[in-house]
Amino acid sequence: MNHILLHSKLLFFLILIGGSQFLMGRTITICSTCEVSSIKKGIALAVEYDTLLIKKGTYKEYNIVIDKPLTLLGEGYPVIDGEEKGEIITIVSDNVTVDGLFIINVGTSYTTDYAAIRVVKSENFLIQHVVLERLFFGIYLEKSNNGKVYHNKIIGDAVDEYNSGNGIQLWYSHHVQVDRNIVQGTRDGIYLEFSDNVTINNNRSSDNIRYGLHFMFSNDDIYTNNTFENNGAGVAVMFSKNIRMQNNTFRKNWGTASFGMLLKEINDAEISGNTFEENTIGINIEGSNRINYIGNDFINNGWAVKVRGACYTNIFKNNNFLYNSFDISYNSKVNDNIFEQNYWSSYTGYDLDKNGIGDVPYRPVKLFSYIVNRTPETIVLLRSLFMDIIDFSEKVSPVFTPDNLMDPNPLMRKVK
Amino acid sequence: MLKILKYSFYDLMRSRWSYVYFLFYLALGFVLLFLNNDLSKAVITLMNVIIVLVPLIGTIFGVMYFYNSKEFTELLLAQPLRRSTIFLGQYFGVAGSLTLSLFLGLGVPFILYGLFRSDAIFNFTLLLVTGAFLTFIFTALAFNIALSNENRIKGFGYAVLLWLFLAVIYDGLFLLSLIVFEEYPLDTFSLAATMFNPIDLSRTLILLKLDISALLGYTGAVFKKFFGTDFGLLVSLVVLLFWTILPIWRLAIKSKRKDF
Repeated sequence: MNHILLHSKLLFFLILIGGSQFLMGRTITICSTCEVSSIKKGIALAVEYDTLLIKKGTYKEYNIVIDKPLTLLGEGYPVIDGEEKGEIITIVSDNVTVDGLFIINVGTSYTTDYAAIRVVKSENFLIQHVVLERLFFGIYLEKSNNGKVYHNKIIGDAVDEYNSGNGIQLWYSHHVQVDRNIVQGTRDGIYLEFSDNVTINNNRSSDNIRYGLHFMFSNDDIYTNNTFENNGAGVAVMFSKNIRMQNNTFRKNWGTASFGMLLKEINDAEISGNTFEENTIGINIEGSNRINYIGNDFINNGWAVKVRGACYTNIFKNNNFLYNSFDISYNSKVNDNIFEQNYWSSYTGYDLDKNGIGDVPYRPVKLFSYIVNRTPETIVLLRSLFMDIIDFSEKVSPVFTPDNLMDPNPLMRKVK
Repeated sequence: MLKILKYSFYDLMRSRWSYVYFLFYLALGFVLLFLNNDLSKAVITLMNVIIVLVPLIGTIFGVMYFYNSKEFTELLLAQPLRRSTIFLGQYFGVAGSLTLSLFLGLGVPFILYGLFRSDAIFNFTLLLVTGAFLTFIFTALAFNIALSNENRIKGFGYAVLLWLFLAVIYDGLFLLSLIVFEEYPLDTFSLAATMFNPIDLSRTLILLKLDISALLGYTGAVFKKFFGTDFGLLVSLVVLLFWTILPIWRLAIKSKRKDF
């Protein structure tokens, strides 16, 4: 009996010590001239909830495994050079913070996805103010939930798709925040696979070889206020449900298979307040249902919206279609998709009762767009007088274009 | 030649039509800029107007001037002057005065609205260069038609037909052939076909500026090279130059042989 009491007292004492350590947490300073001169050594020496303060300098290390709750804090951006030998930091413990490091030279492999920072099956991680250069994969979250990836800068030099990795990759990771990151020159800027309830805000993803942002089988995610510019193929959202896309900017995605946004098998999404500017195709929609497109700006795109078929109950309302070469391209039936109260810069109707809504419906599909769909070379005849004449005659009496595809209440003024 | 050029030029400068033409562009420029203060948008609208209107006016004016000044021409022919001097002098007088009207008519409103402070200056220059090329090309074609046809009505008819053909019918035939042969690779053909029509060529220059995002949507290496780089601009300008030189050269040859 006495023994048990003693044991429990000891246990209580140990917990107390553990708790106090959690509150205090030692700081271990790492620098090239210090007692602890490498990060691996620092991790080995540290106990849970310690902080490793890494001073300015170059550390040639790779395969650094963080297996206890630690904070790695860089001072003056210390360089961790992996010398292209493999993965650099692997986090396998909960509650790890990585802050202020400059990580370069991740190894490239055709069999293993080496990452600059990989988080494996861990919770409550925070990766912030990290700069990654010359990388394969950047930040790779694997079955890790409830973390934050904040204000990092990832600058890749990817040339080909087959030997490059993604900037930020989430795989089976839920409830993660990706905020204020800058990603460029990787394969996919941000890639989500089987990741639900993820928030992606205020990021800037540009000049990536494939997609700026790529969703696969990920549901209930939100991305807002991001900028996607000049990516190989724009942003792809595929096979996902309940995604909210708001106030993002999609710019200058030019090319034969390039889109501002590519939607494939997306259901119940909301797309509002986004700006699509100077893309070959603003939004390409395929097999997507029940999506609300509200208050978006489509400016100077080749095709503002291209609908490929198998799309039902999509609603386009209060959008601005400004100076696009083609507003809408359609190659199937209208189905029950609705265009209502949008502003079309090429609308030529009138508003006699002055209620701000044009009295004549607007037909956004031109005959020419139908012809270009059929024979793509005819695009060189864009803006020719002949085309204007036949477009006009088609407008008066539609023969080839679906006659029920129209905006019955086009707005006279731009939606603010 | 310079003396005849000068006479024709001054004669036209004093004529009512040059003023009408000048005032028309002046009004067009001011109205466009008044309605929509954005210089680059106005340039784009003007480009659409210019590729249709400039050829029409160049053709009509060229034919009209040639027939009207026939007596003066015959008087000149009696003098010890080279024939090519007489006709080329007249031609450059007409084309020059039309171009001047265009430049001044559009230049004044744009400069007043702050052209030099905006980034639309390159596009505006391209617009003026295209306009000048079209004037020179279509005046030369009109002179050729007038020289070959003694009958005024016939000459006018041919001139209008030429304009209608190049501005509208050509594109119709072009479109038809593209659709008929859609099974074949057509990107080289479609680019080549634009080269054979100065109006289409000028339109291409505009597309390069305006609809580049749509044009790059088409798969085709030739297309990509043409529209994706400065190569397209260069080729279009060189071919426009050819289009100018060729009718002028024919005018010089033809005028030497013609029996008056």
